[in-house]
Amino acid sequence: MGERGLLDVLLLQDYNTALVVLGTTTLGVAAGVCGTLLLLRKRSLLGDVVSHATLPGVVAAFLVMQACGGTGKSLPGLLLGATVTGLLAAWLVPVLRRASGLKDDAIMGVVLGSSFGLGIALLGIALNLPSGNQAGLEGFIFGKTASMVRVDALIIGLGAAVVIAMTLALAKDFRLLCFDEQFAASIGRPVALLDAVLMMLAVAVIVIGLQAVGLILMIALLIIPAAAARFWTDGFIATMCWAGGIGAVSGWMGSTISAMHADLPAGAVIVLVTGCCFALSMACGRRHGLTQRWWRGMALRRRVERQHLLRAMLECGSPGTHVALNQLHANRRWRASALQRELRRAVRSGELDVHPEGWVLTPLGEVGARRVVRNHRLWELFLIHHADIAPSHVDRDADLIEHVLDAELVAELEALLDPGEALPSSPHPLERRAP
Amino acid sequence: MSLDYDTLVVLVACVAAMACALPGVFLVVRGMGLMGDAISHAVLPGIAVGFLISGTRDSVWMFAGAAIAGILVAMLTQVLHRIANVDRGAAMGTAFTVFFALGLVLMVQLADTVNIDPHTVLYGALELTPLDTVAIFGMHLPRAMGPICVVLACSIVTIAVLWKELRIACFDPALAQTLGMRPELMHQIVMVLTAATCVACFEAVGSVMTVTFIVAPAATALLLSRSLSVVVGIALVLGVITAIAGHWAALHVPELFLGEGFDTSSSGAMAFVSGVVFVMALLCAPRRGVIARRLALRRLVFDVAIEDALGLIYRLEESNVEQTANQIPQLLARDVRVGPRRVQRVLSTLTRRGLAVVEHGVWSLTHEGHAAAAGLVRAHRLWETYLAATVDVPASHLHTAAERLEHVTTEALAKKLADATGDAAIDPHGRAIPPESE
Amino acid sequence: MPRGGEHDDAAPLSIHDLTVAWHRKPVLWDVDLDIPQGKLACIVGPNGAGKSTLLKACLDLVPAVSGEVRVFGQPYRKQHARVGYVPQRESVDWSFPVSALDVVAMGTYRRLGWCKPVGRSQREQAMEALERVGLEAFAHRQISQLSGGQQQRVFLARALVQDADLYLMDEPFASVDAATEQAIVDVLRALRDQGRTVVVVHHDLQTVTEYFDWTVLLNMRVVAAGPVGDAFTAEHLRATYGGRLTLLEQAASALGQLASGTTRSSNG
Repeated sequence: MGERGLLDVLLLQDYNTALVVLGTTTLGVAAGVCGTLLLLRKRSLLGDVVSHATLPGVVAAFLVMQACGGTGKSLPGLLLGATVTGLLAAWLVPVLRRASGLKDDAIMGVVLGSSFGLGIALLGIALNLPSGNQAGLEGFIFGKTASMVRVDALIIGLGAAVVIAMTLALAKDFRLLCFDEQFAASIGRPVALLDAVLMMLAVAVIVIGLQAVGLILMIALLIIPAAAARFWTDGFIATMCWAGGIGAVSGWMGSTISAMHADLPAGAVIVLVTGCCFALSMACGRRHGLTQRWWRGMALRRRVERQHLLRAMLECGSPGTHVALNQLHANRRWRASALQRELRRAVRSGELDVHPEGWVLTPLGEVGARRVVRNHRLWELFLIHHADIAPSHVDRDADLIEHVLDAELVAELEALLDPGEALPSSPHPLERRAP
Repeated sequence: MSLDYDTLVVLVACVAAMACALPGVFLVVRGMGLMGDAISHAVLPGIAVGFLISGTRDSVWMFAGAAIAGILVAMLTQVLHRIANVDRGAAMGTAFTVFFALGLVLMVQLADTVNIDPHTVLYGALELTPLDTVAIFGMHLPRAMGPICVVLACSIVTIAVLWKELRIACFDPALAQTLGMRPELMHQIVMVLTAATCVACFEAVGSVMTVTFIVAPAATALLLSRSLSVVVGIALVLGVITAIAGHWAALHVPELFLGEGFDTSSSGAMAFVSGVVFVMALLCAPRRGVIARRLALRRLVFDVAIEDALGLIYRLEESNVEQTANQIPQLLARDVRVGPRRVQRVLSTLTRRGLAVVEHGVWSLTHEGHAAAAGLVRAHRLWETYLAATVDVPASHLHTAAERLEHVTTEALAKKLADATGDAAIDPHGRAIPPESE
Repeated sequence: MPRGGEHDDAAPLSIHDLTVAWHRKPVLWDVDLDIPQGKLACIVGPNGAGKSTLLKACLDLVPAVSGEVRVFGQPYRKQHARVGYVPQRESVDWSFPVSALDVVAMGTYRRLGWCKPVGRSQREQAMEALERVGLEAFAHRQISQLSGGQQQRVFLARALVQDADLYLMDEPFASVDAATEQAIVDVLRALRDQGRTVVVVHHDLQTVTEYFDWTVLLNMRVVAAGPVGDAFTAEHLRATYGGRLTLLEQAASALGQLASGTTRSSNG
C-alpha cells in the first residue's frame, strides 16, 4: 500500500482500505462497550492477562491443524485456539488466587508471563517447522491490520455484533453486578455465571481484535476508551456509549492514519489515537475533566469569598452606611490583596458601591447579604437547638456549611426553626473570626 | 578459558533472573507486581529516544532514556490514579500501553538505521548473547551480562543498606511513616531499581520475560515462606533454577515430540517453567501447600473419628448397659456418621494403638484407652457446664456444641475450663465429670 | 422464647444450629433462633461478633459450615421474592456511574427478570420509594453527590421497592445524621405496622429500647434473644460485651479447621 490522498482514505475509495477502516471502527465500538464493563467491575488488567494468554492458543491451534494434515492457516481455527487459552487464563487467575491466598497482581503476573512464555516456546517450535505456513503467526503479536481481508472484517463485524447485543441485553444485570455484587446475589442473580459471561465477552473482543491490533496492545482498546468515557458522563449506559464512540473514533482515525502512512504499525497508531482521546477527555471532560474540576473549585471559592464579604458588610454596619476597609479587617481576618480584589469584583457586579469614605451595599447586594446572613444564622440556631453543640463552636461549622445550602434545605431549616421573615439575631456576640 | 555456548546462555539468564527477583520481591509484597509489567513495556520509547539522541546502540543514552521512561510510566500511573481518579489497574493499563505504542511507532521509524526487531523487545534475544563476548580475566563472557551484573550489584547493595526500611515500608507503610522511614521514598527506590532492571534485562530476555522473572519467583517464594529474608533467598534460588530448567526444556522437550534437532526459544520456555514451578509450589509446599493441607485435614478428621469411638465405648461402659455383639460398629456408623470402611479402619487403629480390645464383637477399653477416653469425656462435660453457665443455650443443643469442642481441647484449656466452672463434678445433664487423670 | 430445638415453621426467619467459618475461624457458632412475625428486631454485639455475617449467611452470601436457615419455612433460595436486603453502605463504590433512581430501580430487577430493560412502571415505583424516604428531589443525582445519610436512604428505598415481607438491614444507622436516623426509623416502623418483619444490625445500644421491640444479643453465638424487655438486660449485655467467652475463642481457630474438615469429608 503506497501513500494515498487523505480524501481517498476518508471516503473509503479503496475496497481494501474500506474493509480495514470499517473493521477497526467496529472493533473500537465493541471494545469500548465491553471495556466499560471490565473497568466498572475493576477487572481491567485481567483483560491484559487474557490477551497475552491467547498466543499459546493460536500457535497450538496451528500446530494441531498442521499435525492433522492441514496448512494450519484457517483463521477461525486459530481464533478458536486463542479463545480456549484466553478463557483458561481468565478461569485460572481466580482459582490460583483462592488456592494461594496471594494478591491479585502476583497471580496475574505469573499467569500472564508463563502463558505468553508458553506461546513463545510453541512459536519457536512452529517457526522451526519446514512447512513454511507459519509466516503469519507472528502477526498476531503486533497485529497486521493492512493485510485484513474480507473474512477478517466479517469475523470482527459478527463478533462485535454479538458482544454489543449481549451487553445491551444484559445491561441491567451487569449494572447490578458491577455496582453491588452482594445485592445481586441476595436477589438470586447467579453472580458467578454473570462474571463468566462478562469474561467471555471480553475474550471474544480480544480474540476478534488480535488480527487488527495485536495481542500486546489489545488491552489498550479495552481499557482506555472506558476510562476516558468516565470523564464525560455519570450514567452507566451513557458511559458505554461514550466509550464505544471513543473506541470507534480511535479505530477509524488510527486505521486512516496508518493507511496513509503504510510504514506505521496500525495497532500502535490506533492505541496512540486512543491515548490522545484519553488525554483530551481528561483535560476537557464535561463531568470529571480536570478543567471542569478546577473551574468548579474556583467558582466555589469565589462564591464563598463573595458571601463572606457581603456578610461582613452587613455585620459591620446597617444597610446604607459606609464601611471602611479597617472595619472589614476588624470583622474578619482577610488577606489584604484578596479583599481588595473581591471588593473590586463586587463593585463590578453591582453588589457594592464605592464611595470616598468606604463601601456601601447596593439594594442588590443587600438582598444577597441578607440571604447569606440568614442562612448562616439559621444553621447556627439549628446546631444549637438540635445538635447539642456549644454556641461558641457554632460559628465555624455554620461558616463552612452556609455556602453550599440548597434551597430545599433552607426551606427545611425554616420550617424546623420558624424564625419568621426577619433575620434571626445572632446567637453569639459578633467578633473577629479566622478566615 | 572459554565456556561453551549453552553455559553462557544459562549464565546470562541466571544473572537476569536474580536481578529481576530482588526488586520483584518488594513489588509483589506491596501488591504491585504488575508495575513490573508496566515498566518493562514502557522502556521501549525511552530506548528509541535514547537512540535518536546518541545515534548508537550501546550507549548510556539509551540506558538513561529507558530508565526515565520506566520511571515516567510509574509516575503517570500514580497521577492518573490520584489526580484523575482513574481506577488503579486502568491507570496502569492506559499509561503503559500508550508508552509501548509510542515506542513501537518510533522503533519502526528507526528500523532502517537500528537493528532492533520489535519482537526482540518482547521476548529478547537470549540465544544471540553468547555471540557477542568480551574478555574479562581471561574469560569470554557475553557483553549483555555487563549491565545486568551492574544492576544486580546495585540492587544487592541498596537492599542490604536499606533492608530494615524497605521491610517496614513493605509490610506496614503506616508504621514506617510514623517511624520517619519515609515509605514513599522507599517505594520510589524500588521503582527505580525495577526500571533499571527492566532496562538492563530487556535486551537479553525481553519485556514479557522480565515481568515473569520479576513476579513469578517472588510469588512462589511467598508460598513457601513468610519471612522476608527467606523469601528473598528463595526467590534468588528459584530464579536460577528456572533459568537452568527453562533452557534445558527448550533444548530437549521439543525433541520428545518432533525428533532430533528441534529446539525452541529459551526465554519463552523459562517463563513457562516459572509458571509450572509456581503451580508445583502451590500444590506441594510443605505446610501451606494444597496437598499438605488436604492431608492434614484428613488426618484431623480421622483423629476425631478415633476420639469419637473412644468416647462411645467409654459412655457405654459408664452406663453399665450390656454391650451386644457388633453394637459398637453400628453405633459408630450411626452417631459419628462415618462410612462403613472408615468404621473398620477406626476400630482396627484402636486395637493397633492398644486403646481397646475386642472379644466376640464386644469392645472394651484398655487402661490407656480408658484414660484417654476419660480425658475426652471430661472435656466434653466441662464444655457443657461452661456453655450452660455462660451463654444462653438450650439444653438440647449443649451436646452437639461440646461434641465438637472436646476434640480441640488441650490440657491447658481443660484446666482453664475447670477453673471457670469451679471444678464442677456434675454436668448440666446430671452426669459425673471424670476427674483429671494423673 | 421459641428456642430450644422447637422452631416455628411460619416464622419469617428461623435459624437452626448455624455455624459459619471465615478462613477456618468460626465467626458464628451454633446460632439457633427464630424471629417472630411483625417485629422490628435488632442484632447487637461487639465488633467482630458476626452480626453482618449472620445476615449474609441468611442470604446464602457466605457458605455455612453446618446448620440451615429457613425463611417463612423454606430455604432462602426459594424465597427471594419475600426478602429485602440492605447491605452496608461501605460495601459498594459510590463513585459508580448511576443515579439514585437507577440504584432504587435495582429493587425491581428480580421481578423484572433477565434481559428486560427498566421501564416506566419500574421507574415510577422507584420514584415512589424515593418519596417515602424523602429523596424525590435527588432522584437524578449521581450517587457520589449524595451525603452519607442520603446514600443510606437510597439503599433503604431500594429495599422498599422490593416490597418484601422480611427485611434484613446491615447497619442502616451507621454514620448517618440525626435527621436521616429519624427518617429511617419512621420507615421501619411503618413497615412493622404493615405486618412486615425487619431485622437490623445495630451498633448503638442507647437507642435499642427506643427503636426496637425484639433483640438478639450476639457474640459469636446468641447470648440472648427475645423481646427487648426480657433480653436486653444488664446481665446479658455484660455476657455479650464482657469477654466472658474467652475460652470459646481460644478453641475457635482449631474448631474452624475441624469444621471445614468435616464438611469436606462429608461432601466427598
